[in-house]
Amino acid sequence: MPIQLNKTFSLAVLLLMSAFFLSACDNNNNNGDDSDTPPEPAPEPVTVEFEVSVVNATSTQPFSPIAVIAHTDQYSLFEIGEPSTTELEVLAEGGNNADLIAAAETADGVLATVSAEGPTGPGATENLSLTVNEDDLPGLTVSVVSMLVNSNDAITAVRGMSLEGMEVGDIQTVVSISYDTGTEANSEAIGTIPGPADGGEGFNADRDDIANIVTGHPGVLTVDNGLSSSILTEVHRWDHPVAYISVMRVQ
Amino acid sequence: MIKRLSFLLFFTLATSASFTASAADLSITVSNLTRGMYFTPLMIAAHAPEDRVFTSGTPASASLQAMAEGGDISGLSGDLTAVGATISENAASGLLAPGANATAEINTDGSEANTHLTVVAMMLPTNDGFIGLNGIEIPTEPGTYVFNVNAYDSGTEANDEIRGGGASGVPGFPAPGPVDAASGVNGSGVSTTIESFVHIHRNGIGDTDALGGSSDLDATVHRWLNPVARVFVTVN
Repeated sequence: MPIQLNKTFSLAVLLLMSAFFLSACDNNNNNGDDSDTPPEPAPEPVTVEFEVSVVNATSTQPFSPIAVIAHTDQYSLFEIGEPSTTELEVLAEGGNNADLIAAAETADGVLATVSAEGPTGPGATENLSLTVNEDDLPGLTVSVVSMLVNSNDAITAVRGMSLEGMEVGDIQTVVSISYDTGTEANSEAIGTIPGPADGGEGFNADRDDIANIVTGHPGVLTVDNGLSSSILTEVHRWDHPVAYISVMRVQ
Repeated sequence: MIKRLSFLLFFTLATSASFTASAADLSITVSNLTRGMYFTPLMIAAHAPEDRVFTSGTPASASLQAMAEGGDISGLSGDLTAVGATISENAASGLLAPGANATAEINTDGSEANTHLTVVAMMLPTNDGFIGLNGIEIPTEPGTYVFNVNAYDSGTEANDEIRGGGASGVPGFPAPGPVDAASGVNGSGVSTTIESFVHIHRNGIGDTDALGGSSDLDATVHRWLNPVARVFVTVN
């Protein structure tokens, strides 16, 4: 990934330059100070920055604006076999991550949140910058979530990926699968899918799936595989993985 | 420098892997990731590397066939016990429902040769589909490790996708309680043949006619994308 490497390089140069100027300032201050003990430098929080890259590996499933959450093990996006939260349902049925991010920001263990500004199309890559305090590095994990918008309630997610021990320049890549939040039946019916395949309804508080639990997603059937009531066609199918998610520590 | 770590390592607390065999106190959790498939009683076994219970591309053993067609793990249990494996049978005490998980504690102390892990169970409703974690090397550093598990077809029974029996060689799939409730009836049977070797399952085809059609599988429910399960191995 040459872009990321270039960015790292330029950041490294900036850091070196900053260090130079900071030390130069310190020297000036010290020179003008008659006391033997230089004053304590003002305590500024030291931050670390990660770049989270998400590649949409599907053929025809745009991702809704991607949400990235840095957190400890106190926070969980969802658990397999448990009901989805309402804020995750809002994201999974309509692609809107505002409620999820708002809830995360007041949740225990959440250290930072970031949202993409718009959807990430098939084949496209979204790069998001995530900054946390250096003190938060021990036990730091990241979760990433987005809706496959040409579906009833499919999401892709990585949950609690450990960032502990990453040094500047380190990069980790995982693949993510799709999950069914279990909040809306996979009818694939006209008017039920918010993506461009349909332009139908997003969030609906009814929970009418075969089980009100999050599981792996079974995929979509589509009209071409015999579901005559489906608004989806064979191009809307997907297989796993649906995304490549890389995290690089850039600072 | 770019470090590219494996998917597995993301979820581990360990930062290095040792390749020396050693005894271990293990907690094995099996999570059913599917939307609509039930797993029959789980066979979890730590065994020597050469004692795999199946090999893709080759014919299934009679014991694997009995597990894959009817969920009967007694044959595999006997086979594995005979070679000194450390086993756990039926950790879920029956069917493992979609989204559910079950945990077995096994300890290979005194069985130093049992360095590899196998987890199998039939998937219902299928004719001879099963989940297969096939003899992976058990990590030795303390920590929790995640393994993705794919769906296999034992190749011993034609995938006609209609109700039938679970005994080896009997066509159709058995339909205990919740599988009965979720499956169709009166399917005419998908026309297909026995493959005669173990392979990655090509998935169900199903239909959308609960009262007829060719299949008793519901096309929207009885389907999956791999992985169909995750196995969490905690080395204590």
